[in-house]
Amino acid sequence: MTSTISSTGQRHGTLGTSASRPDGVTKVQGGFAFSSDMWADNMLWGATLRSPHPYARVLAIDVSGAYAIDGVATVVTAADVPGKLTYGLIVQDQPVFAAIGDTVRYSGEPIAAVAADHPETCQRALAAIKVTYEVLTPVTDPEDCIAGTAAMIHPDGNIFRHQRIISGDTSIEGVIQVEGEYEIGMQDQAFLGLESALAIPDSGGQGLEMYVATQWLHEDRKQIADCLNLPEEKIRLVLGGVGGAFGAREDISLQVHTALLAMKAGRPVRISYGREESFYGHVHRHPAKIWMKHHADANGKIVKIESRMVFDGGAYCSTSPAVLINGITHTQGPYKCENAIVDGWAVRTNNPPCGAMRGFGVVQACFAHESQMEKLATAVGVSPVEIRLLNAMETGDRMITGQIMDSVAPVAQCIRETDAIPMPVPLENSADLRTIPGGTGLTAQPSNIRRGVGWGVSIKNLMYSEGFDDFSTARCRISNGVVTIKFATSEVGQGFTMLAQQIARTVLGVDEVILDTIDTQVGSAGSTSASRQTWMSGGAVQAACHAALAQLFDHVATKFEMTRSEIEIDGTDIMDRLTQRRVSVSDAISEIDIDCTEEYHHPPTEDLDKNGQGNCHVAYAFVAHRAVVDVDPELGLIKVVQIATAQDVGRVLNPLAAMGQIEGGIAQGLGLAVMEEIIVKDGKVRNPSFTDYLLPTFLDAPAVEMVFIEEHEPKSPLGAKGIGEPPCISVTPAIANAIRQAVGRELPRVPIRPYDICL
Amino acid sequence: MPVFIPRNVDELVDVFQNHPSAKLLAGGTDFMVEVNLHGRKPDTMISLRKVKELTEWSVRTSQTRITIGAGVPFAEMEFGEIARLVPALAQAARTVGSPQIRAAGTLGGNLGTCSPAGDSLPVLAALNATIHVIGPEGSRDIDFVDFMVGVKKNCLQTSEFVHSVSMPIVDGWQGYAKVGTRNAMVISTASACLVRDSDEGFVSIALGSVGPTIIRAHNAEAWLMKTTSLRAGAQLEASVAQEFGRRVSLESRPIDDHRSTADYRRHAIGVLAQRLLTRSFS
Repeated sequence: MTSTISSTGQRHGTLGTSASRPDGVTKVQGGFAFSSDMWADNMLWGATLRSPHPYARVLAIDVSGAYAIDGVATVVTAADVPGKLTYGLIVQDQPVFAAIGDTVRYSGEPIAAVAADHPETCQRALAAIKVTYEVLTPVTDPEDCIAGTAAMIHPDGNIFRHQRIISGDTSIEGVIQVEGEYEIGMQDQAFLGLESALAIPDSGGQGLEMYVATQWLHEDRKQIADCLNLPEEKIRLVLGGVGGAFGAREDISLQVHTALLAMKAGRPVRISYGREESFYGHVHRHPAKIWMKHHADANGKIVKIESRMVFDGGAYCSTSPAVLINGITHTQGPYKCENAIVDGWAVRTNNPPCGAMRGFGVVQACFAHESQMEKLATAVGVSPVEIRLLNAMETGDRMITGQIMDSVAPVAQCIRETDAIPMPVPLENSADLRTIPGGTGLTAQPSNIRRGVGWGVSIKNLMYSEGFDDFSTARCRISNGVVTIKFATSEVGQGFTMLAQQIARTVLGVDEVILDTIDTQVGSAGSTSASRQTWMSGGAVQAACHAALAQLFDHVATKFEMTRSEIEIDGTDIMDRLTQRRVSVSDAISEIDIDCTEEYHHPPTEDLDKNGQGNCHVAYAFVAHRAVVDVDPELGLIKVVQIATAQDVGRVLNPLAAMGQIEGGIAQGLGLAVMEEIIVKDGKVRNPSFTDYLLPTFLDAPAVEMVFIEEHEPKSPLGAKGIGEPPCISVTPAIANAIRQAVGRELPRVPIRPYDICL
Repeated sequence: MPVFIPRNVDELVDVFQNHPSAKLLAGGTDFMVEVNLHGRKPDTMISLRKVKELTEWSVRTSQTRITIGAGVPFAEMEFGEIARLVPALAQAARTVGSPQIRAAGTLGGNLGTCSPAGDSLPVLAALNATIHVIGPEGSRDIDFVDFMVGVKKNCLQTSEFVHSVSMPIVDGWQGYAKVGTRNAMVISTASACLVRDSDEGFVSIALGSVGPTIIRAHNAEAWLMKTTSLRAGAQLEASVAQEFGRRVSLESRPIDDHRSTADYRRHAIGVLAQRLLTRSFS
């Protein structure tokens, strides 16, 4: 079996290659089972009754009409919740259902759920439930909550969190001062795979199995178990096929409702939201108002930043306190500055609840600081590139939280590499009119168009913060010649399943890697959010594979008489460096059983003190964006021509996947810049559909020219940084700055609407 | 729910007369949204799929008029002969939804729904199109301006349906432009079709999404004809185009809604009018 001459087999799909995704072909061909495709024998359909009022007292709920309808199996209300009546990621303040005597606090809040033999029957049953409301005046202005003049709309009060940052010498004044008041609209994650869950009760009714499209199986299980008053081990969660997440699946939506219906009916129940219900069913990006003032010396060096940030968290807490902290701790952006006074508020209103979305509070802060950098450049009389290079943060800098930047911080390199990307060709008179502002509407000729260039640079924390140990777990089994990896990491479309295979192939020298079902039969992986799974679950998979490899080497050393300390993986062989003896991995693993489970923990972090000081974040990533935008100043229509970007990625593990994350993030940031907004008036969503909530199409998407900055991050298990969030953060202000340059207006709000430009 | 599938126009007339509450289904791009999103529950459906006559179009031998069946999908108007003869209709058709929607949605559907944002409707208004309708009492021809009577309201009587639309083949420039908040696949916030008949020396302009119906800017049209020559070879002064835009804007009657503001629509429709008129001279 061993030899000294056998050639080294070529491995495919290892780290650093554009390995193809295990789910790629089925997704492209339409064969992939998303959670809304799930089916079980004897399954009932579930549906949810929601409040039409943003704020009202529930005086009575009469469900008898629903039961009178043929085909209705069961109805659940707050009275049917056996355990905890509320849920929530940080604070459990959100009712499973609004109870009689309590209030509904946002338009769309669940009142009851029904299970029936057909979706149509469900709709008739919902219409037959009579709810009597005492309609109350909604609280919709966050400033009223801060001033304390608003009615208290929840027993926990109207303030989710208030946090200051007081740093360094706050008395210092800059000879140059620029300020502005900025506003960011409410963005939706707008994933394409709508919320869906299938719950199958165990026979005997002591537990259940659920298939859910979620970002964090174990956290869901905990909250479901609490509400159902079941031990966690009685609930098995399996990941249903997930069609995108972007933060919107971090909170509970239909999980508890589906489980309650299934347990009460004693039959499998599936709830699947439609697009409109999805707008009510999940949390959105916080709308925010940010005042910011930069003090600089005559050369433009920032000496102090003052800011006040107000995040509207809507009716329930969700992750508002953490979003706020992310916002205020990123006030300075990727720039050196130790002196700051920041005042941050996250408040409760009767607007739709807001929580996690790609960029998590940093998007809002970045829009403000990058708008400010443009003003600062103008005030100093230098270019947007010069002002940013002058202030670029470096490893070792002390930040306004007192934390020392100990990540690789190639900010200046990101800016320079972006600046070196060639500009697109100027707009030609013969241009295809569909490719200029107005697109297929043929509203303009090239002579109507002005072109602008704008910059945005950002810093984003990676992983969870403020003392939270968001560890991840993975298991590597080698049995009968087969390598199997198991984890509970939510694959939401980002490609972790592909990455896990790449890691296992690289560490173990095998081609075939089987992925076990993603479920709660292994330890938690934490959430697929905060740009953390490549680092955290990648670290766990790598650790599990290394643990298995160590046992394999022990076995090989004994069986094939190799020197334990000298053996290594060489291609698809195990080789003794001293003797050059080798055995193929496939032969070596053919008769052994190895089973290793490992956890990966990131270094611990701390809470902020009352002055906002503390080592609260784990690590950081950086990116620069330069936007070239064509604007029709008369009609206010725009076309983003090109985004040039250089991103600090640590190390590229899969070039094609990295490119996909970057292009997708840029499209999402473009959406926030010029079109994506949930319009809320008097507490009600006015555009809950893709007819009126506009996402960029291919004719809106720019050419993306990208450079990966590969400086391996020593703290990261794979040398790589998370790359999911940074692409969508500074592209928004880059586009806004380009439009500002083209039309000479301040445009302090995103999305920038046509009438903001031309009226 | 009964579904009828007539095989020709005569059968369609019969079945619709016997089931006046039935809904007609062609592409379904408006109607199925009503069913799926807004819970609309039809009691009877009539599928138009097998009525071949509705999906045909023809040009009069004199080459002066084109008649397009109600069931012709937008995709068929984007390219080829229809696009050559009525380019503004092709431009409007291209702005309808996505390729899938354009393959399914029909001209008759736009007329049936009769939304002020219906993309093809300003073209029909600017060209003085005639709507050929058939019902139990026989057939009649209705001018487009009389056909559309309000927001999502037309003058079809019980059991009447749109058979086809006929419009002149104009010697001169025609064009369509539509403002939306993204560069494709968007509902219009303002749209306009301008037709310049170089033979007659006349310009007509019709406005979409800036009033309860499609609006013909008759006053601006009359002012323009009085002010400057519109015949082939004439020149246009920039100040005239600008004033034309201003006058067109005055004839719009837009509202504020979640898609835009009345002020923006009023402004945008003036810009479109000015630009379309300028284009018609270049």
